[in-house]
Amino acid sequence: MNRKNPQAIYVLWLRQMKRFLRAKSRVLTTIVQPLFFLFILGFGFNIAVFPGMQGSYINFLAPGIIAMAILFSSMFTGVSVLWDKQSGFLQEVLVAPVSRLSIVIGRTLGGATIALFQGIIIMIIAIALGVPIVSNEGLLLTLIIMVLLSFTAVGFGLIIASKMHDFEGFQSIMSLILMPLLFLSSMFYPVTESLPGWLQILSYCNPLFYMIDGIRGSLTGINNILDPLVDLGIILTLCIIIMGLGTYFFNKSEA
Amino acid sequence: MDIIATENLTKTFNGFIAVDHISFSVRKGEVFGFLGPNGAGKTTTIKMLTTLLFPTEGSATIAGFDILKQRADVRENIGVVFQEPALDTELTGRENLDFHARMYGLSQEVRKKRVFKLLTLVDLLEKKDVLVKHYSGGMKRRLEIARGLMHSPTVLFLDEPTLGLDAQTRRAIWEYIKQLNKDENTTIFLTTHYMDEADFLCDRIGIIDHGKILVMNTVDILKKSVGNDVITLSCSDIQKLQKRLEQESWISKITLHASFLTLGVERGEEKIPVIFDIARTINVTISSVDVRRPTLDDVFLYYTGRSIREQDLEASHNGTKKPARFRLRWQK
Repeated sequence: MNRKNPQAIYVLWLRQMKRFLRAKSRVLTTIVQPLFFLFILGFGFNIAVFPGMQGSYINFLAPGIIAMAILFSSMFTGVSVLWDKQSGFLQEVLVAPVSRLSIVIGRTLGGATIALFQGIIIMIIAIALGVPIVSNEGLLLTLIIMVLLSFTAVGFGLIIASKMHDFEGFQSIMSLILMPLLFLSSMFYPVTESLPGWLQILSYCNPLFYMIDGIRGSLTGINNILDPLVDLGIILTLCIIIMGLGTYFFNKSEA
Repeated sequence: MDIIATENLTKTFNGFIAVDHISFSVRKGEVFGFLGPNGAGKTTTIKMLTTLLFPTEGSATIAGFDILKQRADVRENIGVVFQEPALDTELTGRENLDFHARMYGLSQEVRKKRVFKLLTLVDLLEKKDVLVKHYSGGMKRRLEIARGLMHSPTVLFLDEPTLGLDAQTRRAIWEYIKQLNKDENTTIFLTTHYMDEADFLCDRIGIIDHGKILVMNTVDILKKSVGNDVITLSCSDIQKLQKRLEQESWISKITLHASFLTLGVERGEEKIPVIFDIARTINVTISSVDVRRPTLDDVFLYYTGRSIREQDLEASHNGTKKPARFRLRWQK
């Protein structure tokens, strides 16, 4: 019994790695798409002057793009439980004598590894493009926030997946929830300078805001609103809640 | 010893009763089959027994473990081959088995040995490093059966093991099932809507329809219960002949169907002339007649009042079920 759960976590992780590496097109698009954002938006808005923004626009944008890459990739992992549900493979996983928690952990670790891999590639490219690193500690903190962001997003994906039975609903979730969250996250522009008061409040209710602000603060050390450690605290709390909910909903769903 | 025992097991989906208070038991080492049309509640029963669905009411034990309270122990003791393929098609055959073996905590040594042994058993050793998405339907099925056996389960559940396979592959899979029942002493619980499959494989069967078990016994006893021989006949005035034949005490059972009549009798060959004589006296012309040993079709017909095909048609008319795959073997 004791040996089973770690083995299950490992093999669930291994499965995701194999699937990811075999889906060449997925490897390519998940890396190339954020790069489009980074290059096109980055250079496109580079001439614009935002009041209160330090450094060039690409310095401001890069942390958001890193977060977005991780967010999409992780959510995809969570929601891809639906694929397993439809292909029937989920049943094979669920009849196995391992704890449901191990199944969630295995899946989350698999998704997080992939997401982190993508996030780090974007980060390296951003640094190559001249985005400054504030310090080594900052870089470490950035990586921690990236991991937490990934866990949170997988958990969120699991919640969505347990409530849906097909992919029809997934599109509307993406456009109804994810897009506003992204636009209000301070990813593209400094929210404190531009948004009217009530929209700013919405921004502060937006989990993504803290993730992007945290990465921005810890990686570049400029343009952040809160202390990165404050962001970290909020992100950690959020991550635990969402992962807990994700596990709970996954437990309750019947195959 | 009872390896599966259920008591009033029930499942309802939004008011629709899929499985209706069924109680049965399966003994260790036996091949037990649930025979019934599509939508009879077979898969739902399997899903409850394998802890994938929560019963609405009632309980069951597998190898002595409660399916509600000791789910982990139950899972430990069972292997399942689902009706729909449940393989990861992006992995190879060997990887699918390896995944399964690790989920069940087998050591590396055991893993290697079992993978080799089972791939040999199902003739897939040569294809072990091919991605499952390139497998044919029969190969996938065989791989799934091998996977269900990886961890040497006490009970193997097979949900429609040969659904949609060609005759040759079906035959081969039947042989595997027989063999592993013998070699590994695995208790087998299978569901099917193929009469020949139930006949060939099962020691005992339960006929299930509309969520209820109508009858449960060994195949031989069930066939005998219909009569030693079955005479099927069609004629010009079916009701008239039926009424007349009902007065004959040597007919143990007489059933009217849409266009034919079945009679359960002893020594059927000798009764045909007698029936012709009776028909002549009441001016009914018999157009066709057939005598044979009872099959499970007759048993099914007898207990449900309809052939499995009629049930499937009815189900498909409701627009929710799969089309009938069953061929009526009455009319030759």
